[in-house]
Amino acid sequence: MKTTGNKTYVEDIDRSVYDIKDKVDAAYQVAQGLTPEIVREISEAKNDPEWMREFRLKSLEIYNRLSLPNWGPSLEGLNMDNIVTYIRPNTAMRGNWKEVPDDIKNTFERLGIPEAERKSLAGVGAQYDSEVVYHNVREEVRRQGVIYTDMESALHDPVYGPMVKEHFMKLVPPEDHKFVALHGAVWSGGSFVYVPEGVQVEIPLQSYFRLNAPGAGQFEHTLIIVEKGASLHFIEGCSAPKYNVANLHAGCVELYVAENARLRYSTIENWSKNMYNLNTKRAVVEKGGTIEWVSGSFGSHVSYLYPMSILKGENSRMEFTGITFAGNGQSLDTGAKVVHAAPHTYSNINTKSISKDGGNCTYRSSVTVLPNANDCKSSVSCESLMLDDRSRSDTIPAMDIQNDNVDIGHEAKIGRISDEAIFYLMSRGISEDDAKAMIVTGFAEPIAKELPVEYAVEMNNLIKLEMEGSIG
Amino acid sequence: MQLLEIKNLKVSVDDNVILDGLNLSIGKGEVHVLLGPNGAGKSTLVNTIMGHPQYHVESGSIYFEGKDITHAPVNERAKAGLFLSFQNPEEVPGISLESFIRTSRNTVTGQPVKLFAFKKELRQKMDELNMSEEYASRYLNVGFSGGEKKKSEILQMLMLNPKLAILDETDSGLDVDAVRIVSQGVEKYKNSDNSLLIITHNTKILEYLQVDAVHVLMDGKIAKTGDRTLIDQINESGFQHLSAAPAV
Repeated sequence: MKTTGNKTYVEDIDRSVYDIKDKVDAAYQVAQGLTPEIVREISEAKNDPEWMREFRLKSLEIYNRLSLPNWGPSLEGLNMDNIVTYIRPNTAMRGNWKEVPDDIKNTFERLGIPEAERKSLAGVGAQYDSEVVYHNVREEVRRQGVIYTDMESALHDPVYGPMVKEHFMKLVPPEDHKFVALHGAVWSGGSFVYVPEGVQVEIPLQSYFRLNAPGAGQFEHTLIIVEKGASLHFIEGCSAPKYNVANLHAGCVELYVAENARLRYSTIENWSKNMYNLNTKRAVVEKGGTIEWVSGSFGSHVSYLYPMSILKGENSRMEFTGITFAGNGQSLDTGAKVVHAAPHTYSNINTKSISKDGGNCTYRSSVTVLPNANDCKSSVSCESLMLDDRSRSDTIPAMDIQNDNVDIGHEAKIGRISDEAIFYLMSRGISEDDAKAMIVTGFAEPIAKELPVEYAVEMNNLIKLEMEGSIG
Repeated sequence: MQLLEIKNLKVSVDDNVILDGLNLSIGKGEVHVLLGPNGAGKSTLVNTIMGHPQYHVESGSIYFEGKDITHAPVNERAKAGLFLSFQNPEEVPGISLESFIRTSRNTVTGQPVKLFAFKKELRQKMDELNMSEEYASRYLNVGFSGGEKKKSEILQMLMLNPKLAILDETDSGLDVDAVRIVSQGVEKYKNSDNSLLIITHNTKILEYLQVDAVHVLMDGKIAKTGDRTLIDQINESGFQHLSAAPAV
């Protein structure tokens, strides 16, 4: 190891499996850009109920009224006039994997989705471009009364349709910001999950989102309702092949956690590096309920992602665990938000970020404690590791504490990979590459152990692989 | 052939020359002690022997078992049988002490480690060092007290069984009991094959060891070499009167 010449250099994550493109074989797609005609066309094509059509058009008006955020990474490369907002794949939704068309099926097979279902999941949904192509739930889970289906089926269901209407974009209204207004106008696909009172879903449900078409947008909506005393672990994964034009992901996730219920929401995001990931997620937690977020952000060109938890009921809790890995050409602005709106509420935010090869990581969070929220506790810890001097890391934590009787902690650390630590490990026989991999893996370890195990293993393998070789 | 042979070594840090014209030889099975005033370059010397990238060898050579290792990578020196017990061991989160030692032993010996035997040996050595078993599963040195860090270093030395162990003030900052335990650990390591180079301000750690040579490092070179009695001389009258003396 020499200090001169050598820089700690980590290769990009090997994306070959994600980058395989299918021939675009859409059954139907709308023109580029965004007009009331296009929104009507989408609504028509999806056979929306009247209220939804109106909702879409109203959202479009809001979208046109709102301006782009004046903070965060640049959105210059994103031109809405070039984005195709709706692409229906050439298949109807299937409940049987065998019936999914071969090219789409092969894509998901390569990503290991059906295999994961057989091994360790209670149910799987798969979305391809704008529509869900496959949904299946294990029989025993179905028998418990758990509903896991695509949003369109739920919307048209006599029992769950009214439930969708009651909750859809009530937690995240289209007025919130420009991209969620866009979502309200052109949303398509996503999952609806309903867990009845007292039901414990022992094994996770997983939805996988794949965007195949170039220059397209994906706007899936996820709505999860976990009733009193029930519990669920939901996993979402996302990926797309790389194109030279901008793709856009503006999904929306709304989570309703009832009294004493528990929901763990895990996301592994590995979009390609032409993706603008402008995603909005929010949970409301009633008395004694718990929301746990686990969030891994590895892909996309630009991300704005701050899952928000509203601790509405007394003794409700949130835990957020996140890791962000930004490489060359990536600006990942990630974090979490929490509002303590009731007494004795608890929040814990724990994030790590790694930036390398010119990548930018920004940690952004906000903790709000309302005046009535006595005796609540919040702790925030964010740590960043920069692997070279071309990479960047920023920490922007905001706190708005309107009650004196609270316990608030905040800790931020930004560091580089230490030459002393490399020397120490090498003095015990370990090669320089292995020493660096060990340090980075070790840095990520507290987060990795929260990830679903197959993702944790993959993440560690990736880090190890990326650390081999190259000198900058 | 000497185990370690340093010839006419010149070393600089950030363009400041720290060592200049240093010679030192250590034979197989020998115990050498290195003394010197603060800032004389004792840590520079041992870090250079181990290959720390911050220390630049301007001229001269370091041989280990007759092989020139002056510019060898740090991990190759470790594999050759060199070991440095650090004055301030690094904390490395995310990897447990046990799995670190296992990985290290695997790399140094080039042999796959037999898990059960390894665990048993580790537990036994930790017990001898009066280290609680829970330290095995804790992250490497993270949150260890000063004393536990030094014990962790001695534990690594015992598990890796190097040909030459260099102890950089391993006994400093320890209470009486800890010094005794660490000293016993060092004594267990020492046999007719293994050699030691010890930097110390404390004679306690030497109590159970037969010392073959004592060197005083001043003005960038070995200013004086003697037997054990040199330690007592220096404890009585300090380094001052040595600086004018000709190098041995």
